[in-house]
Amino acid sequence: MRIFWLYFRVGVMNELQYRVNFFIQLLQALIALGVGLAGLALVFQHTTSLDGWSETELLAVVGVYTIMGGLINMAIQPNMQRLMNEVQDGTLDYALTKPADSQLIISVREVRIWQVVDIITGAVVLGVAVAQLGATIGVWEALAFAAALLMGGLLIYSFWIIATTGAFWVVRMDNILELFQGIYQSGRWPVTIYPEWLQVGLTFLIPVAFAVTVPAEALTGRLTWQTLALAGALTVALLGFARWFWRRGLRRYSGASA
Amino acid sequence: MSGVLNMISFYLTTMKTAVVVQFQYRVSNYLYMLGMVAEPIIYLVVWTTVARAQGGAVGGITAGGFAAYYIVWTLVRNINIVFTPYGWEARIQRGQLSGQLLRPLHPIHYDLAYFAGWKFVVVFLWLPIAAVLALIFHPTLSATPTDVVAFALALACAYLIRSIFLWILGMITFWTTRVSAIFELYMALELLLSGRLLPLTLLPPWAQTISNFLPFQWTFNFPIEALIGGYSTQHLLLGLAAQLGWVVGGFAVLQLVWRAGVGRFTSVGN
Repeated sequence: MRIFWLYFRVGVMNELQYRVNFFIQLLQALIALGVGLAGLALVFQHTTSLDGWSETELLAVVGVYTIMGGLINMAIQPNMQRLMNEVQDGTLDYALTKPADSQLIISVREVRIWQVVDIITGAVVLGVAVAQLGATIGVWEALAFAAALLMGGLLIYSFWIIATTGAFWVVRMDNILELFQGIYQSGRWPVTIYPEWLQVGLTFLIPVAFAVTVPAEALTGRLTWQTLALAGALTVALLGFARWFWRRGLRRYSGASA
Repeated sequence: MSGVLNMISFYLTTMKTAVVVQFQYRVSNYLYMLGMVAEPIIYLVVWTTVARAQGGAVGGITAGGFAAYYIVWTLVRNINIVFTPYGWEARIQRGQLSGQLLRPLHPIHYDLAYFAGWKFVVVFLWLPIAAVLALIFHPTLSATPTDVVAFALALACAYLIRSIFLWILGMITFWTTRVSAIFELYMALELLLSGRLLPLTLLPPWAQTISNFLPFQWTFNFPIEALIGGYSTQHLLLGLAAQLGWVVGGFAVLQLVWRAGVGRFTSVGN
């Protein structure tokens, strides 16, 4: 935990030097949000519900999608990109020789603090959606939402660790980034609208369903205990597998100085 | 006359180089193309869901019609990949433009030729993707030979239009280096008003009117509809003429901005 805070503070200080980037990030977040809302409005010009979800409920999905996207871009993806580059260049040694857990180190080295703008934008959208829904969000719903969001984040993190660890075998993994970003976009809509084979992929291969749809379900009175339990079990399993796979990958690594 | 011949030979050589280079990176190219397929599949699934909820069709487009639209979309999108404004940013930041300025040829010719050559690899790789998509989503498509010819011409024009306008956009880098937000605003407008996000007939009328004054629809919506929309020959010819108009007008603007921009351009360290 101390290591996490240390790296976090350094990362934040580093980024705070570039304040103009805040405004650029804000502008980009607003453009992305505008496109998302326009897309939603266009669809609902032609229908009143999409697979049982109303426009306001889908606004909540957009909110969760934006929050989770901000989290990924702030903390997960930059670390994984750096790891991929270092495996390619053979400079990972510097991280491995540090006297702390290697998986922890490689997971917390980078933080893009301006992405916080995305998280805030998403939270505002989510807040507006929940207020419009007028549903009473009790303590349980709020807790379930927080738990689902946390597990979704951990699942995406595990997916990234597993995918990036693949770099130990195939070296060049840069395109996985494009692939992930393309597929993450599917989270803008509830995964239940996709054909079944795609739903399975979006649930278990690339856990977009648990990252976005399930937390949104928690706030729209759709979440069942079974789903939440499944998310919990999968999170534990995937975290464990990621850990095991990372260690196996490390054994294959031969650095520049080794 | 020899000028024209030289130009043709320049284009052929550059295109050949592009084919050879890009074919080496075929796996990389393929992963990229697969990632790109996610986008139209998402749109397709959303609109198919809407169509089903509305009793089979939205604005006269059935599920099979949407499938046809978004599968043709994948080809149009691939043809529409051109030298990006982000490439311009890098070109200017790294001072690569200085070298290109020394050549006796306008640098746009190199970009046009190189990306055009790349298309041969792209289309070759695209065929199996299209076949799989067609098997999964069952498009309804009835194109006449005239439609196919018009489609091919429309694709070529779309490629030129998008190249020219993104080149103009990229040249903003001559004046300021913080350009990413401007680029993204442009891309957002293009997404909404070109037919990339949805067939333009589904836009509200006021938005359709706006898109009539912009070049975007000629790069996505028109080529796609030329193949699948059942347009009359007259409609097709008018559309192609409009595309040509945008090519000529766009090129004139490009030349103006280019002259003004190069005058401002200074490079360090060469």
